[in-house]
Amino acid sequence: MAEQISHAPHSLSVTTESAAVRTALISLALLFLALFLILPVIVIFSEALQKGLFVYFATFEDADAQAAIRLTLIVAGIAVPLNLFFGIAASWTIAKFEFRGKSLLITLIDLPFSISPVVSGLIYVLLFGAQGYFGPWLKAHGIEVIFALPGIVLATVFVTFPFVARELIPLMEEQGNTDEEAALTLGAGGLREFLTVTLPNIRWGLLYGVLLCNARAMGEFGAVSVVSGHIRGLTDTMPLHVEILYNEYNFVAAFAMASLLTLLALITLAAKTLLEMQYGEALARAPRV
Amino acid sequence: MHIRVIDVAKDFGRTGALRGVSLDVRDGELLALLGPSGSGKTTLLRVIAGLETPSVGRVFFGEEDATAVPVQKRRIGFVFQNYALFKHMSVRDNIAYGLYVLPRSEQPSKIEIRKRVQDLLELVQLPDIGDRYPRQLSGGQQQRVALARALAVEPRVLLLDEPFGALDAKVRKDLRRWLRELHGRTGQTTVFVTHDQEEALELADRVAILNAGKLEQIGSTDEIYDDPASAFVMSFVGDTSSIPIDCDGRRLLHEGQAFEAKFEGSCQGRGRLYLRPKDIAITDTAPGRLPGTILNVQRTAAGHRAQIAVGAQRVVVEAEVDPGKKPLIGERVGLQIHSGRVFAD
Repeated sequence: MAEQISHAPHSLSVTTESAAVRTALISLALLFLALFLILPVIVIFSEALQKGLFVYFATFEDADAQAAIRLTLIVAGIAVPLNLFFGIAASWTIAKFEFRGKSLLITLIDLPFSISPVVSGLIYVLLFGAQGYFGPWLKAHGIEVIFALPGIVLATVFVTFPFVARELIPLMEEQGNTDEEAALTLGAGGLREFLTVTLPNIRWGLLYGVLLCNARAMGEFGAVSVVSGHIRGLTDTMPLHVEILYNEYNFVAAFAMASLLTLLALITLAAKTLLEMQYGEALARAPRV
Repeated sequence: MHIRVIDVAKDFGRTGALRGVSLDVRDGELLALLGPSGSGKTTLLRVIAGLETPSVGRVFFGEEDATAVPVQKRRIGFVFQNYALFKHMSVRDNIAYGLYVLPRSEQPSKIEIRKRVQDLLELVQLPDIGDRYPRQLSGGQQQRVALARALAVEPRVLLLDEPFGALDAKVRKDLRRWLRELHGRTGQTTVFVTHDQEEALELADRVAILNAGKLEQIGSTDEIYDDPASAFVMSFVGDTSSIPIDCDGRRLLHEGQAFEAKFEGSCQGRGRLYLRPKDIAITDTAPGRLPGTILNVQRTAAGHRAQIAVGAQRVVVEAEVDPGKKPLIGERVGLQIHSGRVFAD
């Protein structure tokens, strides 16, 4: 009997499928990935570089292209810090306090994920557009929201709101209050406590949320498209500019611009993976009580 | 620091509420708050710390009414059940935290802080671990670092929440003895919460027993053990068995049968007779003795113990067994009761 056990095929657990099934499943997954993810990325870069590096880089010397890149950076530069702040505030509130309507608040935070971005954009047109509720008042005071930077920022903030909060809520809930309480009993004031104890505790999760938030803020198309008005050189963000160039059959320029966004996605992905390694380890190290 | 808790109530709408608790913590004493889970002992500790605000009642630190003083300003040292060490800081920085957050004018110099931290590390007998991180420490070491961190601010009172709860039995015993010694040396007024009666008796000068949000009794360990104020205290502290009895003013009756027993307590109507194993002697079935049948005999650390079923309802009581006279299982015996306590139902 013992002999039999020692000669049994090793490392095959009961949940493991036969070799044929495994090979089939893995190939299927790889094929799917190649077809829907890797191939498009290759296409983007090969189309962009179709006419050589010179033409590729020349695309970015165009004034409108530069304006689009600048606008995208400005929008992300405003929207991401805002959502960083809102995200911390919301997750702090949800994770550390008990109050009525908490689950409603959690649902509301998820709303931008479940609503079509186009609808999100339309909401702002309805509110701030020329025919909207606040439109006439805004016009009278010379404030432009729709077809201008504020509208684009608003739409982007709305769409990217959940990223930071969703990342932090489970993390903060798991960590509980005791570290904060310990800091308080040692005499730390609220802000001091936040900076020296809470923030270091959530730093990896926070960075991760910010990365995702930033990627989406730069890449958002639907909501921004509705509120921007597509004014070339003024209210065109990078994704919108890609569309314009594409519709003008300027494929090289369109794909060159798209390659920048893709590059951003790849960098985010790499950073996310690195963080996950770091952050997963940090979580594993946390004492289990 | 002498601390007075006066008529404190705290309503949560969940377990752990307090319903009018008053007690004194004497200057320099080591007081245990003992009770089952949900009795409100941790809540009381947190009220003293200022981590909870009482719905009613006041807390005095000496002559100062501290009820409205926020936790940061109370100058207390609190050791949390899971230690709550700051994971991203070295042991040294953890201990120094309370000094670094002092206002600039009160902050000691860097050199002084370093010296104070080293002194504390020596006090908790971990002089060489200053540069390590909490995750590199064992549970017992983390516990000591948490204690050093709480002591760094020279607190007026040291508060410990289930200080040995997360440790294994051996470490727990060592740390207990060590904490007792430390208290002997520093004379630091200390309150700790525990659900372990053995721990409370071994460690504390006085014990306060809480049950369902009320203070059942506070007193020296001897008073608590030898002179319990209620049935709850009697059965919670020490091994106790009890049998339902009636009392006609002089004699005790179990299921209508009178039996001889020495006891204290009110003897009127229905109640229960509470007994410690050492207060029962197993003898023959002479008239007047409480009759029973041996169910089982077990070895304990100290000796042998028998479970005896008494009367028709077969209420089980525990008695210590003379090593020379080990009874047989199923044997009919009589119980001689040297001392017991009657509490009315």
